[in-house]
Amino acid sequence: MSYLPYALAGWLFVVGLYGVVTSRNLIHLVVCVSVIQSATYVLLLAIGYVKGGTAPIFNGIALGTKAVDPVVQALTLTDVVVSVTSMALLLAIAVEVHKRTGTLDPDELREMHG
Amino acid sequence: MSRRLRTGLFLVGGAGLWALLGWAFAGLPAFGDYHGVYGRLVNRDSLGQTHAMSAIAAVTFDYRGFDTLGEDFILFASVLGVALLLRQVRERDVDARQAVEESEPVRAVGAIAVPAFFLLGLFVIAHGYLTPGGGFQGGVVVGLALVLVSIATDYRSYARLVHKSLADLVEGVGAGAYVAVGVGGLVAGSAFLESFVSRGKIGELTSSGTIALLSWASGLEVAGATLLLASEFLEELLARRRR
Repeated sequence: MSYLPYALAGWLFVVGLYGVVTSRNLIHLVVCVSVIQSATYVLLLAIGYVKGGTAPIFNGIALGTKAVDPVVQALTLTDVVVSVTSMALLLAIAVEVHKRTGTLDPDELREMHG
Repeated sequence: MSRRLRTGLFLVGGAGLWALLGWAFAGLPAFGDYHGVYGRLVNRDSLGQTHAMSAIAAVTFDYRGFDTLGEDFILFASVLGVALLLRQVRERDVDARQAVEESEPVRAVGAIAVPAFFLLGLFVIAHGYLTPGGGFQGGVVVGLALVLVSIATDYRSYARLVHKSLADLVEGVGAGAYVAVGVGGLVAGSAFLESFVSRGKIGELTSSGTIALLSWASGLEVAGATLLLASEFLEELLARRRR
């Protein structure tokens, strides 16, 4: 049981990768990339978890209360922001691709157009 | 490469990756068996040093304030990228009269949800260092509260409410304000992004020094970025539907 969160992170990563490899639609592909990125949230938060720890927000709890690692939580926040921005960019590129080629299937985009 | 060959290759590679990941994870300390030093030190000292009740806000806007500056500009740059990509190829005129199906219940929910979420977002930004939240989370809520207008009514009322140049301005001012607060530390004679205003009394809205200011700066930027992204994609939708 104690390794389950790591297994979940690994599973999310691999299953997202599977989605990217077998994708037939660029929008679906972008969602798969964000699934891969979700694996990093799970991993970061799992690493920082302290058994029995509370959230690291010292509002109404005694000083010295066992709390989980705030650094990985801040890193996860950064991670989420970066994930959203990269998704926005990728979706904009997908829109562009559809406009130029009329398809969203990555397999039909054999030739790269300059 | 055929689809089947590619999938086959992935199954072999994916199994290998899975095995390597399993091997690596087996070397990690068990879940909950935390050995980090940095996090423990931050939890012990952040309240006394920064007067911010949320250690996460203290890390984001104080200890790692410089990284958050970078994060702010990642957001800024990618929104710029989206705007460049979509504006460049869009036909000039967007038909804003394009009717979206209107429904009275959706309108009614919107009338309540828009102001409620807007206020909630401002609350989350303002209390980021006292409770969970902060500029990034609150900024998204504020931005999306306004985007809800486009669902509750139609794009035209949304575009009238949130002019794109306004979203541009809000985003730019937010990003600039973050740097300005950083420079304020230099002007006050200490380091870049060093808190130069009073840390105040723990637990009060005016506490935690520049953490509050930086939280508002990034809240503005994120709200502007959300609005700009929404506007670009909505216009794209309308311009494409017309054909």
